[in-house]
Amino acid sequence: MSLALIAALPFVGALLPGLAIRAGRNACALATGAVTALALALVVGHAPEVLGGAVITSRIDWLPGLGLAANFMLDGLGLLFALLILGIGLLIILYARFYLAAADPMGRFFTYLLLFQGAMLGIVLSDNILLLLVFWELTSLTSFLLIGFWQHTAEGRQGARMALVVTGAGGLAMVAGMLILGGVAGSYDLSVILTQRAAIQASDWYLPALILILLGAFTKSAQFPFHFWLPHAMAAPTPVSAYLHSATMVKAGLFLLARLWPVLAGTPEWFYLVTTTGLVTLLLGAKVALFKGDLKALLAYSTISQLGLITMLLGFGTKAAALAAVFHIVNHASFKAALFMVAGMVEHATGSRDIARLGGLRAAMPITFAIATLAALAMAGVPPLNGYLSKEMMLEAAVHARYLGNPWLLGALATAGAALSVGYSLRFIGHTFLGPQTGATPHPPHDPGPGLWAAPLVLVGLVVAIGIAPMAVAGWLVEAATFAVTGDAVPAQLALWHGVTPALVLSGLALGGGALVLAAHPALNRLWQATPRPDAKRMFDVAIALLATAAQAVTARLHDGALTRYLAILVGAVTGAGAAVFATALHSPGGHPMLPITLAPAVGWALLVVASVAVVVVHHARLLALVLLGVVGLMVAVGFAYLSAPDLALTQIAVEVATILLMLLALNFLPQVTPLESSLLRRARDGVIAAAAGLGAGGLIYALMTRDFAFPPIADYHLANALSGGGGHNVVNVILVDFRGYDTFGEITVLGIAALVIFALIDAVLRPGAADDRLRAWQPAHAPAGERHALLLVVTTRMILPIAVMVAVFFFLRGHNEPGGGFIAGLVVAIALVMHYMASGFAWSQARRAFSYHSLIAAGVLIAAGTGVGSWLLGRPFLTSAFGYVRVAPLEPFELATAMLFDTGVFFAVLGAVMLVLASISRLALRAGEGD
Amino acid sequence: MELLVASAVGILTAGGVYLILRRRTFPVILGLALLSYAVNVFIFASGRLAIGQPPILADGAAGYTDPLTQALVLTAIVISFAMTAVIVMLALAARLATGSDRIDDGAEEET
Repeated sequence: MSLALIAALPFVGALLPGLAIRAGRNACALATGAVTALALALVVGHAPEVLGGAVITSRIDWLPGLGLAANFMLDGLGLLFALLILGIGLLIILYARFYLAAADPMGRFFTYLLLFQGAMLGIVLSDNILLLLVFWELTSLTSFLLIGFWQHTAEGRQGARMALVVTGAGGLAMVAGMLILGGVAGSYDLSVILTQRAAIQASDWYLPALILILLGAFTKSAQFPFHFWLPHAMAAPTPVSAYLHSATMVKAGLFLLARLWPVLAGTPEWFYLVTTTGLVTLLLGAKVALFKGDLKALLAYSTISQLGLITMLLGFGTKAAALAAVFHIVNHASFKAALFMVAGMVEHATGSRDIARLGGLRAAMPITFAIATLAALAMAGVPPLNGYLSKEMMLEAAVHARYLGNPWLLGALATAGAALSVGYSLRFIGHTFLGPQTGATPHPPHDPGPGLWAAPLVLVGLVVAIGIAPMAVAGWLVEAATFAVTGDAVPAQLALWHGVTPALVLSGLALGGGALVLAAHPALNRLWQATPRPDAKRMFDVAIALLATAAQAVTARLHDGALTRYLAILVGAVTGAGAAVFATALHSPGGHPMLPITLAPAVGWALLVVASVAVVVVHHARLLALVLLGVVGLMVAVGFAYLSAPDLALTQIAVEVATILLMLLALNFLPQVTPLESSLLRRARDGVIAAAAGLGAGGLIYALMTRDFAFPPIADYHLANALSGGGGHNVVNVILVDFRGYDTFGEITVLGIAALVIFALIDAVLRPGAADDRLRAWQPAHAPAGERHALLLVVTTRMILPIAVMVAVFFFLRGHNEPGGGFIAGLVVAIALVMHYMASGFAWSQARRAFSYHSLIAAGVLIAAGTGVGSWLLGRPFLTSAFGYVRVAPLEPFELATAMLFDTGVFFAVLGAVMLVLASISRLALRAGEGD
Repeated sequence: MELLVASAVGILTAGGVYLILRRRTFPVILGLALLSYAVNVFIFASGRLAIGQPPILADGAAGYTDPLTQALVLTAIVISFAMTAVIVMLALAARLATGSDRIDDGAEEET
């Protein structure tokens, strides 16, 4: 199976837990486990080839222009990590099934887990560093969800946020580093980059790229000074801690160091940056772990320390050290996952993780005790367990490395680190399981059921098996992975006994030293408690608070809540940008022939200009401004008619009437005058902005009109095909109902939605509340006229209605061939009905309404959609129209087209929408006592 | 003729922009209406101007103007109506809910 599919499997599978949880918690866990197991089986299927030395690839071009490709590869290193991620993932799923409480939403948990698993798998399978970055960021995001899973706890939220900020910031640095790396190597494909060692290390950009990439890796792998997020991530449910901090999240940084080892390692910069960071982290983490009072905190700092150890090994830059690093990655994953699970079992059984309240649990929890002892001894490096083997290899490598020319410094410090790790490992066993029982735990201790101990038992089995038969159990995998890291076949030679070597002596020293440290623990602990320590969380919180304050200050300056100010900035910026382009371009007059100016249009233009300016000048008197606005609209309509657009003219007039009527009705409930409240300066500023915008828009359209088309317009196609393809002479109408029928369909839908929005808005206003109270207390601004329903108007409108409907039918029927159509017909009927509302009163009209306007809108949209779908039945694309000519005596032959049915839909939708809007205002008026 | 149309677009735009920068809802509604005219005429004019050449197929027609921009503007006119209606209703609801038709309510007042 293609690698891309394996990487996609957990993401697709993440849909399952949410569904399976409906069938119960077992089904949910099984579904999740099945996804992971399938991915594991597919990876294992590739294993023989990879172990044989092949590199499996799958390539999909994604954005080739950017060098981004969904290229995947599976080599020894990828195989080792994929097996860890999926294998331990499977055990975590089993453990989590029995760990999560009934109140925890398990479906969500497993969805997050699978998403995270997919992101991790993507990192280790990526052959393209841009793709790797995508997965890298995904691990930051999904781990945020996992760490903050208990979102009701403040620690969970804060821990998740801290992890996201630290690893996310490192990820951003890494993006920059990777881009530099890809730029230097000439490709973003790892397989190419890995061959460019000489070019990359000789480049001036090597050091910046190295530092940026290391920032990404060190933040992810919790290296000093970025280690502080990891202990706070312990607020996560224990299965998450066991997964993220043993086999996955924190190992992603190490994976990256190993992945780029062939091109980045081997230089003094690499050696000192990586080794020093690793060494400091190793010692610091081990020291803090000795004194932590919380079981998971102890494990968290021990994880930091062990990660430092592996980082240091990768920093050495020798092949033997790389081998040791790869081997310890496997060993650490196995014993650390088991230890975290033990911590979870202890908490589960006793209700506490506080070491001071634990102690003496061995009798009550024998199974847990056995598992904990084996795993912790492996962490301490006690033979014959797997930790011993890799710890000895580490000491061996440290002995042979020189630091600043000093031959023994690294060996000594590594031994000290090993001694401290023996100390905290023994403390984990001693202070939890040995000694007297405290009796201070919330629940009496007892062993949990097999659901919880099965998974760590498997892991401890692995710990012992690797320790006893390292070559058979793990040697082949470690060799393959090391081959992928170093490019050389490095024989593993894993064995418990290598003879009396310096490393053996140092191992012994470390064990003895660790025992001494534990013996002196009470005294050391008092000293530790008495010394002041920097609190990383407080520093982090202060830094974040400062950033947030700064961001708020900037936002408050930009966004002060004054909408008019935003608009002024927006219009000013757009106009300014246009002016800047205009100023920097070449200009020549256009060559399109111009039309002569005759008297009639000049008069119309003058009317329009005067009315427009007057609207602005007298806008404080609202009613007057509204009347003038109507003049502007009418002149626009006349202009359309003059300039060969009869359909537009008809529509514009009809819409104009409806709009002005609507505004008149609304003005009834608004203040009648606009107070003069802007300063002169402000009005001058707005005037300048407005003049500039007007000049820009006018100049732009003038330039456009005086030039010929740059490309032949597609209008010719419409003109040529309107009759033969759409069966109509009115090309505008054919475009609306046929060529661009889909647009029109969308448009009437939007129209319907707008009407429904208005309906809902008015519904909200009419609910009991401040708005409703104001409405009930509303007093009309003008004294009522003598006769509320003028008889003349009432009679006229009633006579007009049938005529208006006839006119609408006329417009509708001829619409396909002459100016007209569904839009105009709908508007004409609507206006006639609105006049009824105005003349005879809202209540009178509402009482005579036969069906709701909602249904009209729905019917219109459905008829239009049905017409479109109908062409599917005939095997044609959506909205293909058909037409034919019918002769019914005594009429002349007339055309019947499916487009007409579509136009019927348009008609109903327009009618319904306009009427619903106006009826909404009438509801307001009824409430305000204007009903009768 | 082109000059007339272009200047009309410019004046409609300028008037519209000035009005949408006012601090009460009703002038803003008027301004949006003026801007709608400006935009509609702008789109219409981008198909170039023609007199006496409606895009209605007929024998012996001298020529046809661009029907596509007309179709675009026709839907734009109807959509502008819907937009204006929504904004009018928002203004109405805001006035009833807050008792005021100010736009920058709550923001710092400039002097």
